[in-house]
Amino acid sequence: MGSNNRTGEGEGTLLARIEAPTARREFLRWSGTAAAVALLAGCSDDNTRSIVEVQPPPVVPPVDPQNPTNAPGVTLNFANDFGILNFAFALEQLEAAFYTQVVATPYNGITDQERRVMIDLRDHEIIHREFFRAAITALAPAGTLIGNLTPNFTNINFGSRESVLGASQMFEDLGVAAYNGAARFLQSADLLAIAGKIVSVEARHAAAIRDLIRPRSNNYAPDAFDQALPPSRVLAAADPFVQNPITVTNAPAGF
Amino acid sequence: MENETILAGLDPEVMDEVTSRRGALLGMGRLSAKLALASAPLAVAAMARQAFAQTSLPANIVAVLNFALILEELESEFYTIATGGMAMSGGAVVTTLIPSQDRPIFDTLRDHEQAHVRFLRQTLGSQAVAKPTFDFTAGGAFPDVFTNYATFLTLSQAFEDTGVRAYKGQAPNLFANKDILEAALRIHSVEARHASEVRRLRGNFSEQAPQKGWITGNQSGGAPAAVYAGEENVQQGAPPAPAPGINVATLPAVTGATVTPAVAAATAASEAFDEPLTRAQVVAIVDPFIVEPIS
Repeated sequence: MGSNNRTGEGEGTLLARIEAPTARREFLRWSGTAAAVALLAGCSDDNTRSIVEVQPPPVVPPVDPQNPTNAPGVTLNFANDFGILNFAFALEQLEAAFYTQVVATPYNGITDQERRVMIDLRDHEIIHREFFRAAITALAPAGTLIGNLTPNFTNINFGSRESVLGASQMFEDLGVAAYNGAARFLQSADLLAIAGKIVSVEARHAAAIRDLIRPRSNNYAPDAFDQALPPSRVLAAADPFVQNPITVTNAPAGF
Repeated sequence: MENETILAGLDPEVMDEVTSRRGALLGMGRLSAKLALASAPLAVAAMARQAFAQTSLPANIVAVLNFALILEELESEFYTIATGGMAMSGGAVVTTLIPSQDRPIFDTLRDHEQAHVRFLRQTLGSQAVAKPTFDFTAGGAFPDVFTNYATFLTLSQAFEDTGVRAYKGQAPNLFANKDILEAALRIHSVEARHASEVRRLRGNFSEQAPQKGWITGNQSGGAPAAVYAGEENVQQGAPPAPAPGINVATLPAVTGATVTPAVAAATAASEAFDEPLTRAQVVAIVDPFIVEPIS
């Protein structure tokens, strides 16, 4: 029948165009109303397909340059100490990922001594990360442990000693300030004792990296009192190095 | 130094990144992290004011702070003598102990320990104990402490690592007073920076055990063994007690492909956690250097 043939031709042509990638982009550029009318007219006796084809063009979200892989959001719930453990777990993940990359792709001109430092720091941060993973898993209700973060190190030039050591100093000093600043929010003195065992190792790291940057100077300890930063400020500083959007809930006063 | 930010040395683009994006999710608007961080280093006076805000300190906190004060006085006088700022007990002023290339390290140490003493004395006020009389030869055990650089460095490492462990052991006793706890932690991590630097200097920056910046097992590197007793621990607590601890040397991802071989995992596991000392352990270490016994 003439009308059926025409419908079939129109339908076949349209499907072929939609399935071809270039044609799909062309289709999506059609202005909405006119395209829908044309499709309905062409597919008047095939309800299933017409419903599919009158969908408005899907919105393609722009790629977030800081989250190109669309890493899932992470929520840090500070209602209790597990939030602080997750906070520490997040920071240790970041540090471990950084040194894993540094050791895997050493910067130009790295010395044997510097390589030993980087391997040690990588190992220590992995151990910290795995400790928090195990501790939260053992102690907290199921589902409390946050997932693995996806780092964003695009602003670090791993081929450059200056860039790597600068980032390393930032991570270590930030780690020290983070543990020092989070202590007042802990409800458990036992956890304070654990944090104390880790923060001094981070400070040892910070001093070593700072000495690599400016050997035998006063750079290893820039002040008689280290910083203590509240978690909100630590997260703001760490955020550019994490793809996952981070949301904070139940933050206490002064956080 | 006080306006040094933790982002110093990073690419300006990174700084810009810090100021944007998801700060809003943290309820911070477009707060500049650089600005925030730059404002964070607190002056000693500000910290002391915080501490002074306490109308009267409980006896247990006074005891902890006086204990810390004695250790800080010990370190402060040790470096003041070594840098020529005070005569040895024999009367002579030290002039040739520290090579000029290492002076910035020890000038910094001296300044920091003096600042710690000032802070503790301001905080304690009239409740501060008097400075003890020190004998850095420990009754003759270290007769060349201020004439032999190697001996001096050994004791420096011992004092710094002891300081780290002493503050760590006392931190839970400050738990009730968050301002004083935080101030003590801010000193604690600086002592760890000192220890790292002196340890690496002793090893001529070769970064090999036992003179890495971090403590491997209970290796003492020639310092008194008591300073490192228990540092070999790899069983980290999973509080609250009586939950069993976690052996951080045998976690799957630690013994797996990344941290290898297994020997290295055990070594790194001991290095990755510093351990506290009890007050009694600390007193036993420093008592030989104090003419009057600690009461």
